[in-house]
Amino acid sequence: MIRDQGLVSKIWRFAVWAVAGLFIINLIGVIAAVVVNSFATRWLGTWLPVGLTTKWYFSAWKEFQLSSVVFVTFQIVFTVVLISGVLGVTTAYALARRDFPGKRLVVLLFLLPLLIPPLTYGIPLATVLYQIGLGGSFWGVVLINLVPSLPFVVLVMIPFIEQIDPRIEAAARVFGAGTGSLFLRILLPLLLPGMLAALLLVLVRTIAMFELTFLIAGPTSQTLVVSLYYAVFAAGVRAGQSIDAMAVIYMVTTLFWLILALQFVNPSQIVARAKQQPAE
Amino acid sequence: MSTPSLRYRLAARGFDGTTLLVLPGLAVMLGLFIYPFFYGLADSVMPKEGAWYANYVTFFSDPFQYRTIASTLWLALPVTIVNLAFAVPIAFRVRLMTRQRLLTTILVLPITLGTVFVADGLLTFLGPQGWFNRVLVLVGLLDAPVKLTNNYWGVFASLVITGFPFAFLLTLSYVTGIDPAIEQAAATLGANARQRFMKVFLPLLVPGLAVTFCLAFVQAFAVFPSAVLLGAPAGPTRVISIAAYQAAFEQYDHSLGTAIAMVMGAVELVVVLIVLGARSMFYRGPTGGTKG
Repeated sequence: MIRDQGLVSKIWRFAVWAVAGLFIINLIGVIAAVVVNSFATRWLGTWLPVGLTTKWYFSAWKEFQLSSVVFVTFQIVFTVVLISGVLGVTTAYALARRDFPGKRLVVLLFLLPLLIPPLTYGIPLATVLYQIGLGGSFWGVVLINLVPSLPFVVLVMIPFIEQIDPRIEAAARVFGAGTGSLFLRILLPLLLPGMLAALLLVLVRTIAMFELTFLIAGPTSQTLVVSLYYAVFAAGVRAGQSIDAMAVIYMVTTLFWLILALQFVNPSQIVARAKQQPAE
Repeated sequence: MSTPSLRYRLAARGFDGTTLLVLPGLAVMLGLFIYPFFYGLADSVMPKEGAWYANYVTFFSDPFQYRTIASTLWLALPVTIVNLAFAVPIAFRVRLMTRQRLLTTILVLPITLGTVFVADGLLTFLGPQGWFNRVLVLVGLLDAPVKLTNNYWGVFASLVITGFPFAFLLTLSYVTGIDPAIEQAAATLGANARQRFMKVFLPLLVPGLAVTFCLAFVQAFAVFPSAVLLGAPAGPTRVISIAAYQAAFEQYDHSLGTAIAMVMGAVELVVVLIVLGARSMFYRGPTGGTKG
């Protein structure tokens, strides 16, 4: 490693760390403001609230009907994860193992939804879904969420499958494994870490996916983040602490899965998508 | 000599049972992505009344509508540039850290929590009695709290909070992909820090930075919830996604709504193509230092 010891580079280094530190302080401040407010009895014009209470969690849970919202959220999210996992892994397997004419076009098709703003494809898709009667329904929300999550699984899984030696499969074939046992006893154990990572990331992303779910969700198919949006949008109707209590519940649900996902992936993989990490 | 069977000839070109596994996923994408896109394109040229281009005329003749393009770009471009300008030097520092994981974990938080949560937090944090204003008044930078929510700066702040970590983590993955031996070689040959950055790293990084810029721009350009919650959705932060949403789901004119969505896609595509086009003027090649 090379270090310059001049004064200018010391000042520069300090400035860079100062900016990074300021950003982190503000970021923690934003999150802490929500958490502190959700426990506040009254918080007006002071540094910290007058007193602390947990009553807002009970009132938020009742007012926003969170037990049903949380239940619906998990139903939707797990359905999306299951479908995009099954379809995504099979598609990725074919794309990783075979070279066929038109493959680049297929890969491009799976890249596009990640490069186009969700509302651009969400509005036409929502229009179609409303016209076939899926508007506001459970399956409407699941279908619209498949558009970003299926390509995500495919793009994460392709490099992962490519690094599994095809000769392992060939060897299994030689020893007489059928397609079923080849998949169950050879591929599945090898693919499991990658699948787990991809699916947990899809799970986190689907819980937080606002734009698409918002377009199609009806009263019975709202996810937590959409309910949170409506609550913040109509701020003033309910107590601010109650809304923030709901935001904390949303945060805890997301963070639980995020921490689980971080056991398997590097944080930068959450944004770097299909990009392979350099060897560590 | 007999010709090989059809099955054999297809397999030689890469079509066999395994290739067929691509079909279910492909079918879903064709049904949920390609078909709706063309449906929307057709829908947008079949307005409720008037000629086929009536929706586009409606959009481009009403200042309340067409100004949304400018106000979206006026938010998205500066935010993306600011995020990237801060991401590069910080990524260059962090690259030298041995334990990056805590930092990257903290930075991944706002991305996973999403814009709705961040908007809710910023409403308190940046509010007139929020910690941000209080600290600035305390240290004497301000005499009185400034208004930072329900205007341009609120949306700007939310796009920095979610966009900077995104740009940073992407940049970091490109920066760490450059072989450190290249920098050592440059230093051995007598290049100082500025020269090493300008003449060695920057040319190698340009392709990655262009991609980062595009991805970060797409996110900022698609700003929707925070523009409503933290901005002035009837005024300066009436971004194009609000216009599209209102047309499609508040005025129930899905034809106009899809037309605006198409305009939105087209504007974004133009910016992305300009950036990627500019990229091709720079060096493209390996970032490894090994032979071959």
